[in-house]
Amino acid sequence: MKLPFIILALLQMHEITQIKEQTLIETACANTPNYDLCVATLRDFPSSADADVAGLGLILVGAVKSKAEAALSAVEELRRRHDPEMRKALDQCWISYKAVIAADVPEAVAALTKGVPKFAEFGMSDAAWEAEICEGSFGNEAAATPLSGVNKEVHDLAEVAVGVIRILL
Amino acid sequence: MATASPPAEIYDVEGAASYLPLPSSPTPPRPSKKLLPTILLSSFLLISLILLLLTSQTPPSQLKLKLNDAAADHTATPLSRGVSQGVSEKVFRQVNGNALTFPWNNVMLSWQRTAFHFQPEQNWMNDPNGPLLHKGWYHLFYQYNQESAVWGNITWGHAVSKDLIHWFHLPYAMVPDQWYDVNGVWTGSATILPDGQIIMLYTGDTTDAVQVQCLAYPANLSDPLLIDWVKSPSNPVLFPPPGIGSKDFRDPTTAWLSPGGDKWRITIGSKVNKTGISIVYETSDFIKYDLLDGYLHQVAGTGMWECIDFYPVSLTESNGLDTSVNGAGVKHVMKASMDDDRHDYYALGTYDPIGNKWTPDNPELDVGIGHRYDYGIFYASKTFYDQNKQRRILWGWISESDAEGLDLMKGWACVQSIPRTVVYDQKTGTDLLQWPVEELESLRGDSVEADVKVGPGSVVPVAIDSASQLDVEVSFELDEEAVEAAVPEVGAGYDCTTSGGAANRGVLGPFGILVLADDNLTESTPIYFYVAKGANGKTESHFCADELRSSQAPDVVKTVYGSSVPVVDGEKFTIRSLVDHSIVESFAQGGRRVITSRVYPTKAINGAARVFLFNNATGASITASLKMWKMGSADIRQFPL
Repeated sequence: MKLPFIILALLQMHEITQIKEQTLIETACANTPNYDLCVATLRDFPSSADADVAGLGLILVGAVKSKAEAALSAVEELRRRHDPEMRKALDQCWISYKAVIAADVPEAVAALTKGVPKFAEFGMSDAAWEAEICEGSFGNEAAATPLSGVNKEVHDLAEVAVGVIRILL
Repeated sequence: MATASPPAEIYDVEGAASYLPLPSSPTPPRPSKKLLPTILLSSFLLISLILLLLTSQTPPSQLKLKLNDAAADHTATPLSRGVSQGVSEKVFRQVNGNALTFPWNNVMLSWQRTAFHFQPEQNWMNDPNGPLLHKGWYHLFYQYNQESAVWGNITWGHAVSKDLIHWFHLPYAMVPDQWYDVNGVWTGSATILPDGQIIMLYTGDTTDAVQVQCLAYPANLSDPLLIDWVKSPSNPVLFPPPGIGSKDFRDPTTAWLSPGGDKWRITIGSKVNKTGISIVYETSDFIKYDLLDGYLHQVAGTGMWECIDFYPVSLTESNGLDTSVNGAGVKHVMKASMDDDRHDYYALGTYDPIGNKWTPDNPELDVGIGHRYDYGIFYASKTFYDQNKQRRILWGWISESDAEGLDLMKGWACVQSIPRTVVYDQKTGTDLLQWPVEELESLRGDSVEADVKVGPGSVVPVAIDSASQLDVEVSFELDEEAVEAAVPEVGAGYDCTTSGGAANRGVLGPFGILVLADDNLTESTPIYFYVAKGANGKTESHFCADELRSSQAPDVVKTVYGSSVPVVDGEKFTIRSLVDHSIVESFAQGGRRVITSRVYPTKAINGAARVFLFNNATGASITASLKMWKMGSADIRQFPL
């Protein structure tokens, strides 16, 4: 009869630590401008359950990278249409998203891993800016651009990453 | 049930229905010998269920713990994060929707490189390291990424100069080739011992990303270029002490002598929760250290202190002091770089070496909350004592404020400030004065002078060609009668950062100069004073640098930097401004306030750049006396080895 107690005791301890880990996600996300997006993104990654704040930051940076890669694909897809009115904007978007993938993300990953979070904040803040630049490069007439959806996703997610990273400063 | 993990799918935490149905009443105990264990079992199950429900229903507002301050910072004070590196400004920046993608071209981008500020030939640079003077050569080391125009893969770059202006690049002094610095050969400082030995202490980031302190020294002291460096076999010499985070322990200072004269002390910045602290070690050989009790100083709420600098200044003499000096007629400057707002703060105070305590003269102007060396972009700064000319000299890292995409196109990012002398401001007693080293004047070429009265709402061109490389000195006098007659301004008081810049007119200001301006003023960078009568009838002055119209491009930071500035009775309003392509360093009142700006004009470049005097006050004229020199290039290049 003792064995079930032992098992249950262990499970309860697991439950309690589960609460603490979820609490960390929730408290970290409370520091961002988009709580729901933050929680939703982190919960997509099982490793978030055991992560510390830097680890949560790394997960979010990885998510920004994925979104930026998707954005870059969308840019290249649009470029294949050879629409002269969009050419300049797409050129800018290509430069912007290349910068996110080649510079901002690696910088943020290195900074979070090594314990100098300010460079991670810089990288993710720039990623949000690059998304804004891409969106703005189409001119202010359109309420929506062909890339509005993915630009907003990168921007909002990068801002969430900044919020979590700032906890470390 | 107790084994179930939280669901992986997205759900709305606050409005969630229970993940599991509420339990019915616990299993009633069976009358038997096993009554007690059964009750315990049931209780365990019940508690497990309740725990599960809690995890799915607790709203976030109950769980904010200690992060409220950080959250408040993020939403309530966005501007304060922004200006130093163009960081959070990017959230609130108005991307100019009118511009289609900006047609940056090679002419515009290559124009941005500076002519007389130190920068490597390409790639990324950050903190200045270990500045020193040895056998007639000034040395500068710096954080460098040999692979990209963004931070990462950090090595120690190295350059030498006879005059702090004309620099020669040398091979890397140190690379990340040991287990204790493989993740970064980070910032450090030099100490020159009385026998001439040079001690270099620096932070290494280990294979496990632990921050440790390491010792290095020149392989050959008789080499004036100090090309080769040796890392001590005793490294690391310091590990993070108990109570200090393994990622909160970096940037050792230059050492100073202990009171007994037989040991050396250094300080290293860190934090405990959100309190920035300065911890002190004592050593006789730079290999074994004793941690002194207590903190040299601490300030709550300021976060991690990076790049601490701790040095004496004379209250009566205009020369600098060796780092070990203390006694009558001396105050100590405590300086730190605040990790969370990216600004360098200093404070004046008194150092008690016996008690291991430094006390600020004015706690309201304490480290992290009071004076800044520079109200623009300026971080990770560090001084050294120039023993030949008896000066204390300050280096500061100037980052970019354009989007990363532009840095990658340019292939480089960041410059160092022009080295500045630092002395105590005897007139105010509460400030330091910074001034470009006099050797800079060797670059001065042709000059232009103007003495002119500028009426309210006027702009006066000052004729000079080649307005991208200038040394401008100008003084202004405000019409006395207008100052007398002016009524106090209502409201909370002027603040450069929220003022809207030089376009917003007051009775007694703004007035100043426009640099990197084109003929039509479609682009311009005003460097100006704003003067207002306060409620007590006295004038208050502010010194600002306005980037709002500095460029037509949307992918650069455009903000207003600045602060209030004391103007002592009898002083004119003075500005010295060093214009060097994409950097403008401006000094007010002899260096009592300094603002470094990064600007990226697209039109006001090369032959199209102009300088103007302007007076946008509504009710006062100014008399301006200006002299400006074209500046030659410092011709920074590889040392011919």
